[in-house]
Amino acid sequence: MRLTITRFAVSFTVIIWRHVLKKFIHNLYVEFLIMEKQHSYSQVKGVSTGTTILAVKFNGGVIIGSDSRASMGESYVSSKTINKLIQVHDRIFCCIAGSLADAQAVTKMAKFQLSFHSIQMESPPLVKAAASIMRELCYSNKEELQAGFITAGWDRKKGPQIYVVSLGGMLLSQPFTIGGSGSTYIYGYVDAKFKPDMSLEEAKQFSINALALAMGRDNVSGGVVHLVVITEPGVKHIVVPGDKLPKFHDE
Amino acid sequence: MATALQFPANVSTLNNYNDLYPDWTQREVSTGTTIMAVEFDGGVVIGADSRTTTGAYIANRVTDKLTPIHDRIFCCRSGSAADTQAIADAVTYQLGFHSIELDEAPLIQTAASLFRDMCYRYREELMAGIIVAGWDKRRGGQVYTVPVGGMMTRQPVSVGGSGSSYIYGYVDSNYKTGMTKEECLKFTAEALTLAMERDGSSGGVVRLAVISEQGVERQVILGNQLPKFSTV
Repeated sequence: MRLTITRFAVSFTVIIWRHVLKKFIHNLYVEFLIMEKQHSYSQVKGVSTGTTILAVKFNGGVIIGSDSRASMGESYVSSKTINKLIQVHDRIFCCIAGSLADAQAVTKMAKFQLSFHSIQMESPPLVKAAASIMRELCYSNKEELQAGFITAGWDRKKGPQIYVVSLGGMLLSQPFTIGGSGSTYIYGYVDAKFKPDMSLEEAKQFSINALALAMGRDNVSGGVVHLVVITEPGVKHIVVPGDKLPKFHDE
Repeated sequence: MATALQFPANVSTLNNYNDLYPDWTQREVSTGTTIMAVEFDGGVVIGADSRTTTGAYIANRVTDKLTPIHDRIFCCRSGSAADTQAIADAVTYQLGFHSIELDEAPLIQTAASLFRDMCYRYREELMAGIIVAGWDKRRGGQVYTVPVGGMMTRQPVSVGGSGSSYIYGYVDSNYKTGMTKEECLKFTAEALTLAMERDGSSGGVVRLAVISEQGVERQVILGNQLPKFSTV
């Protein structure tokens, strides 16, 4: 009889424990789901980098500009003064939106291919050629890469041009373009304020205002404003430090 | 014909029904939208677009997102259409009762606090971003914003909804203190037009309302009468 009681007690305990354990594991699972949900609130939408870049065509040239902040995640600024405007040839510049590593790899490759092409042709390359090289690289490697580019420059055939190569490898020519995470906040401003055939001063003011507004609202854009003015005579690099940026009504 | 929710919103991404059924049968009705309110001396100007979407289907292209809460108090709704309608109805009731008890017109701050209390208490369940605006005798025209999460703050100009991200730059650069009623109307109409052009969830017509001591004047700007910009 003692054996029966023991067996009964053991099986009873086992049943109770299985029930308790099941509940415990279920609770853990539910907590895990809740944690997952909470984490998903902080995920950044899309794959844009922490930056604001733009390029504007004006009468006689192009201006290409960017902010100067490189961030890791949303809370650490890894560089306050990085220059995102990369010179791929004498009168052709690129600026990057997306993963900095991918962008540097692509622009390095593009720079090499472009200089080779320019030596073969024995003349300065067309802006469209530079943009096409970027597009080839982006399209063929679209699974691995996470970067979009704005290519702007001046060439003898068509004058000032701006090309944008987006994430999947589409190539588009536009009179002005904006990119990066901070660009969402200035779509309204640039749509309203852009005029074709502006003068150099107007275009500079337009770019500085747009970048300042974006930096004011986007927490992963900031620092100083880098501008590069590309015209037939040459290239000028302008830096506008934070205290010289325009202030708007609530600052 | 916006159907009721069949699956919870956060599970819809896991369902691979996309080839068999159109996506609007599984999506919640949302006022992905652009709303805006501006204070001027003597009242407020409020505006909104008119599009309500269920996924990719526009359930209502002439929605009125400017909801009266009291004689001189309006709210602009963005987020889940069901949530905001329910909250607005509840606050309208509470405010009406309060106003009868007080025997005078309620303050805008009171209305905004009621919205805030509800949005904060049920912040896990709700998805609602609301702008409360109106005119009262104590402080004149006021705009209070109660975004998702349940914060409340008073601002001279406030934008909300999915389309608002695109016009922060425009609003920051073009707003000036001391604008007149006509300037505010023009500013609001232009900002909403710019947002509607860029945001897929905003569109249709622009609905405006001016709330002042004299009362409420409403107007509608149809699609072909919207302000035009050189790039748009």
